[in-house]
Parts: sequence; structure tokens; C-alpha cells
Amino acid sequence: MAEYRKPLPRAEDYPLTEPFWEATKRHELVIPRCKRCNLYFWYPRQECPNCYQRDQWEWTPVSGRAHLHTFTVVRQPQNPAFADDVPYAYAIVQLEEGVRMISNVVGCAIPDDLKVDMPLMATFDDVTPECTLVKFKPA
Amino acid sequence: MSIRGAAAIVGYHEIPTRRNYPGRSNWSMLAEAANGAIRDAGLRKDQIDGLLCQEGFNSLTVAEYMQLSPKYTQSMTLHGATATGAVSAGAAAIAAGYADYILCVMGGTRDPEAGGQQPGGFRNPQQMSAQPRGGGGPASRGTEWESPYGPVVAANGGYGLIKQRHMYEFGTTQEQFAKCSVDQRFNALLDPNAAFSGQPITIEDVLNSRFTNDPLHLLECVMPCAGAGAWIMTSAERARALPNKPVYVLGAGGPATSHDTIFMERNVTTSPVALSAPVALRMSGYNARDMQFAEFYDCYTILVMMCLEDAGICPKGEIGPFYASTDTTYKGGFPINTNGGQISGGQPVGGGGGGIKQVIEAARQIMGRAGPRQIAKNDLCLVNG
Repeated sequence: MAEYRKPLPRAEDYPLTEPFWEATKRHELVIPRCKRCNLYFWYPRQECPNCYQRDQWEWTPVSGRAHLHTFTVVRQPQNPAFADDVPYAYAIVQLEEGVRMISNVVGCAIPDDLKVDMPLMATFDDVTPECTLVKFKPA
Repeated sequence: MSIRGAAAIVGYHEIPTRRNYPGRSNWSMLAEAANGAIRDAGLRKDQIDGLLCQEGFNSLTVAEYMQLSPKYTQSMTLHGATATGAVSAGAAAIAAGYADYILCVMGGTRDPEAGGQQPGGFRNPQQMSAQPRGGGGPASRGTEWESPYGPVVAANGGYGLIKQRHMYEFGTTQEQFAKCSVDQRFNALLDPNAAFSGQPITIEDVLNSRFTNDPLHLLECVMPCAGAGAWIMTSAERARALPNKPVYVLGAGGPATSHDTIFMERNVTTSPVALSAPVALRMSGYNARDMQFAEFYDCYTILVMMCLEDAGICPKGEIGPFYASTDTTYKGGFPINTNGGQISGGQPVGGGGGGIKQVIEAARQIMGRAGPRQIAKNDLCLVNG
């Protein structure tokens, strides 16, 4: 297997985000949710960005159901390590819990099958034995 | 409290925007621009007592290099809004009495080894590690929330995401976006400072240019260039004693923002101009539709178009039809980016230096010094960064 040369998180160095990457390895998607406001938020921070309460949120499993908020088709990546993948979809995905994240849409024809607001489902890409990225496919 | 009419731009200098200036340093470009602006304003270097610089250039270092001793200085850290942010901050500083003559200076050279990227850009995957920012710090390109998914080169990705959504929400068409590029190119034809001076393009040329990243065409994007510019601001009273027609700042708002990286913006098709423009206009006493022309930051067609509608030049979502039905060249009913902006003028790189094109062209038109591109109704301009 060829060496994976693309950027990866170094989850082990950062206790705050490690549970996210541990969950993706189990093919689960978890999102921070404030216990006081009940709001999901993304990206993870030490405090809820709504009420600023520190350490009062928990990693909460979500359904993985989402919509394609918007996308662009990458022809020229910033990072040459992605050069062999073009064209691919770089997208803002909105989970049904409301948060938005950057991801790739996979499992469909690029760009023809992509439509703004199309329903998506999380899928898990075990890019290395140590790391799994969450991506999205048409639902 | 208002700074309406308290300060004015009284001189400027623009180094022509070109693909590169081999052998020139950033500092040397800035010094040349500063010297030109000081002379244009009819001032001596030792009269400069304020200095506003661009992102990534510590103003202390700039002062040292140019042997200036400003009693008021700072660097603006506002990406593309750096130049207009300097006008806003400079006018307020003049009104507050922090300084009498403020030099604003921005721009730089390109790094030819970076292959068209901006100086300091990432050059290899090892430098583009997906680092968390201290475990839960801000998201931005280069962190674990974006890098693993392969961001687009330069700033193209974010604007592709915005354009895609704008087309979906409002039905804006590729032809309407192309009209923006074509009108601006017409304006650049007669500007010797523009990188694409004398090179006309058509709607078809834009539509046939390659996708940098769909739905963004190459001819809707800025070309990173070398260049620099500077201008001088002073009080209205002092301005009247100087040789050039003063360009008064009648209102200013912002800088406004809610995010650094686009996926954290809740409404990607609305820009922070929706926050800043009402402040500037209220201060000025004018409505957006009173404006006679506009100089709007234009790294991409979608940005200039989205910001124009957020400023109230047309109703939200109707900028596509506005462009289709309006001649926005210097000969037209509502001129926009009368020097070709950055898309046809080239983007002087370096810490938001591109915005000098808009600020200086606004001053040039209001002073009546735009030569063959001079517009007739040149009193009221809305400038955005």
C-alpha cells in the first residue's frame, strides 16, 4: 500500500479533539453539544460558543444525515498530494443537527451528480490504519 | 459622533501592477510608492507623522526601513479589507488628532519560486500538516478541519463555494458573472497601471476559460502580481492648503466580519458589507443609490457582485440582472471598478495590498486625474474592501 501523503490530524497530541477521531475510527460521527443550551456546535472548542460555559459540553452521536450546502469542484489543489484525485468535490455539508463542516462528497459522478441541497449521508474513509476521515455520499 | 468630512486623501502613487518586478524587494516597492505619494501630496517626508501598513508587515519595521518617525502607526490585519480599513482607521485617527499626515502604504513583489502563489504560501505537503490549533482553536485552512479534504489553491475554493450557492439561491447565471469580468476588462484597456491593459475579452472568452474550480472560471479570478501603492491622508483644513483636490471621507463603516474561514459563515451568500455599508452611508447622509460610481474589492466576480448587493446598490439577489442590464464601464450609467479592478488590473500581493487598486482609483477619479477613463459624475464613490 502506497504511503498516505495527505495531511492528517495528530489526534493523539490533542485531548480535546481526540474523541472525534477515535469515534470516526469506529465509524461513528460525534459532535459537541452544550449541556446547558442543548445546541450542537462545530468546530470543537473548550467552551460552548453560544454560552461560553467551559467543559459543559459532550461529544454526542449524530445521525450522519446531512445536506450539501454548497460545493466546488477541485481542479487545482493547494496541496500537491491531492493532484491525482482531481476532479473532486470540496463541500460545505450541513448536518441535520444544524452544524456545518468541510468535507468531500464521494460515491457519485463529479461534477454531474452534485446538486446544492441534495441529501447526503456520512461515510467513513479509513485512509490509514490510525485515521478515518468522515466524508459524505448521496443519501 | 461622526468623522464626516474630517479627513481627506490628498495624494497617491501607484506602481503599475505587473506579473513580477525581478530583483525588487517588498520593502523597496513600498518605499517607492511612499515617496511618490508624499511628493504627489506636495509634502516633505519629515511631515509624515502617521503610518498605516498592511497585514504581515509590521509597521515598526516599515517605519525603520523608510526612516520615518510616526507618532501614530499600526498594521491592518484585514485580508482584502486592509486598504479600505486603512482609510477608515486613518480618517478616525486624523479626526482624533493622533497624527496630521498619515501615509498608507501597501503592496509587494511576488515570489517567483512559489509558482503563482503568494509569497509565504505552502509549497509542499509537509508544510501543510493538519494541525489542530492548540486543540480546539480557530478553524482555518491548514487545520485538521480543512486540510485533510484537499482545499483548492489560493482563495479560489471559498469563492467557488459562495458562487455555487449564489447561483442556486438567486439564479445568478454564468453569463451575468462573465459580464462583470468583461466590463472591468474594458475599463482596464486604457489603464497603463493594469496588468491586462490593452487586452480586450468577450463574454465567450470568460465562459470558455477553464474552471479553476467549478463554477469559477479563470477569467473571474485575480492574477497574483507585483505592485504597490500609497496615499496620504490629512485633515480637511490642511487638505485645502495642498495642491490636489481633496478627496473627503464622508463616511466609513467596519471593518466588519464574523468568520475567518468560509464554512463558519452562517449565510455564505451575504458578506459583512451588509453590516458595514449602512454605517458608512448613514454617516455620509447619502443612500447607496445616490452613489455615482463604485470601487469594490474584486478578487473574484462573485465577491464584487455579492458585496454590491449587500451595500444596497441593487436589491439582494438581483446583482446578476443588474449587471446584465447596466453598463458598468467608465462610459456607462453606473461605473464599477473604473481601472479594471484587480481581476483585470492584477492583484498586488502582500497582506491585502490588492485593495490599493480600489482606494487609489476612487481618489484618482474624484480628483479628475483618470485621463481617458475619467468619468463625468465623479463626486460620490462607494469604496469597499
